[in-house]
Amino acid sequence: MWDYTDKVKEHFLNPRNVGEITDADAVGEVGSLACGDALKLFIKLDENKERIVDAKFQTFGCGSAIASSSALTEMVKGKTLDEALEITNQQIADFLGGLPEEKMHCSVMGQEALEVAIAKYRGVEAPAHGHGHDHVETEGELVCKCFGLTDVFLKKVIASNKLTTAEQVTHFTKAGGACGGCIPKIKELIAEVMGEEKKAAAEKPTKLTNLRKMQLIQETLENEVRPQLWADGGDLELIDIDGSNVQVAFRKACAGCASSGYTAKFVEQKLRELVSPDITVQEVQG
Amino acid sequence: MREIYLDNNATTKVDERVFEEMRPYFCELYGNPSSMHFFGGQVQKKVDEARARVASLLGALPDEIVFTACGTESDNAAIRSALEVFPEKRHIITSRVEHPAVLTQCRNLSKRGYRVTELNVDGNGQLDLAELEKLVDEDTAIVSLMYANNETGVIFPIEEAAKIVKKKGALFHTDAVQAVGKIPLNMADSAIDMLSLSGHKLHAPKGVGVLYVRRGTPFRPMLVGGHQERGRRAGTENTASIIAMGKACQLAEQYMADEAGRVREMRDRLERELTALIPNTRINGGGTERLPNTLSIAMEFVEGEGILLLLSEKGICASSGSACTSGSLEPSHVLRAMGVPFTCAHGSIRFSLSRFTTDDDINAVIEALPPIISRLRAMSPFGREFLNK
Repeated sequence: MWDYTDKVKEHFLNPRNVGEITDADAVGEVGSLACGDALKLFIKLDENKERIVDAKFQTFGCGSAIASSSALTEMVKGKTLDEALEITNQQIADFLGGLPEEKMHCSVMGQEALEVAIAKYRGVEAPAHGHGHDHVETEGELVCKCFGLTDVFLKKVIASNKLTTAEQVTHFTKAGGACGGCIPKIKELIAEVMGEEKKAAAEKPTKLTNLRKMQLIQETLENEVRPQLWADGGDLELIDIDGSNVQVAFRKACAGCASSGYTAKFVEQKLRELVSPDITVQEVQG
Repeated sequence: MREIYLDNNATTKVDERVFEEMRPYFCELYGNPSSMHFFGGQVQKKVDEARARVASLLGALPDEIVFTACGTESDNAAIRSALEVFPEKRHIITSRVEHPAVLTQCRNLSKRGYRVTELNVDGNGQLDLAELEKLVDEDTAIVSLMYANNETGVIFPIEEAAKIVKKKGALFHTDAVQAVGKIPLNMADSAIDMLSLSGHKLHAPKGVGVLYVRRGTPFRPMLVGGHQERGRRAGTENTASIIAMGKACQLAEQYMADEAGRVREMRDRLERELTALIPNTRINGGGTERLPNTLSIAMEFVEGEGILLLLSEKGICASSGSACTSGSLEPSHVLRAMGVPFTCAHGSIRFSLSRFTTDDDINAVIEALPPIISRLRAMSPFGREFLNK
């Protein structure tokens, strides 16, 4: 069970401001059924259209999603729109006495809904975060296809919450939490935002000793080549290494396979890429 | 507040008769069963008795029973053993709805070059045996399919599957952790080579499991060292828990009829009443054979964690297929594999009963759940057209 604070529990069990405002001045909607949480936020302004006099919400989601929505509606009341826009997701979490890190995306959803509502009220382009439910135009490149999140949105969350790992980005935004295909891109975004320079690709030593070269050839065959051959029911055996000439014998499905010439080329390419560009691979009967 | 425990597929209460049976083996009869002296010998006798009791429940022979630490270890040991027995074979077949003890291991093996096929299931969570028959080939080392699903209770046609696999020369393993003690199994008349079970799912303590290995099945141990378990699992025996496991299996044999009768009736009443009282529900796996104690009910437009928290406020313990309860972001892989729509998958709740469940427990859920769903639906931006039904 999640370690929720008493205040999270209180706002979940007795949420404030549940419902809708039929004559709302601004409505912001984020999230979707598929994503597992969604928030529709209604805002009513005073007659001078300066300050927020009422806010209500409808939320589909877990305990912390409901508590975050309740907290948000309490926090915005009495604020001008500009003051409301200053509310960060961290302030929503702080209002609740903190949220488990895995649930921080619930606080981000609150902040997003507020931004969308105010942008729509002002007739300006809604901020980019994806969460296709709102059908707003999003800017930037789509990074997480599963949850529809863009690089612009992710960079903003990374910067404002000082996130340093892909796992944290997942906890705060859900990006990378489904198929995981975008995690390398998320790492790049973290590096970009946090000012880290991309790690230069590990340089191969300019001159390998014979011993090191043989070790690298063996490691590459074991870790990079053989698993791929196994996947197709094949295999190979290292027969000999003479300088840059590597002799291999194909086994199982690869043995006698009409395409073994191509397979040998693949092995050679891998060894050239990961060990040394002068390597040649020769197929022998071992 | 009275505790209403309906999460027995997660773990069960240790039966007090089981606890009494194991109690002396901590501070009084603490000998090592491998010792040559009388003090260890009396423990060995009791371990042998436990082995016979487990064998009796499974319709197996005592020497086919290997005690392990848990169901996960049993699953891992079975699959790894098959791959060592057949080093030239590099294909494994399992299903998309297995417990992570099997699924994670298979996916890890696929990264190490093994070819892993995950069989699909239909909308009821049921296997297609024709697909299995098509996919098992001479390169298949092992097929591992669960006997009954932990989330939905759906029972696979395991005996038929095992026969198909044996014809092709592969080993057949089943994770029967949820099935043992709830439905009758008879290994004497079966094609299954290996079968896993776990103590804490049938009122024994956590930390003890069993791997059934059919006599004559080639086996390579995962843990090596001592000669315990006839060389199939080294390590000093967890004697008190093994003795508890034996007693739990003896009781399970006795209670099987209760599970098939009284427990099933309670489960069916719960299902009937909840379906009648809550609009827009569906029973996951409802169209096929299921364990008598399991009810997985999906409720549209609400999210599972909220339901569980509100049930917990009423003292009711259940489980959910929702992503939010696990910290992962996608709903249960089992429900997704069955094609349960997202509108339902997030709001799926599992109630799992046991011999200790009473009519009052069921009444409490029937009273508590409908207003909880109404309350959460009133809060949800989706499905508002169903609110007044």
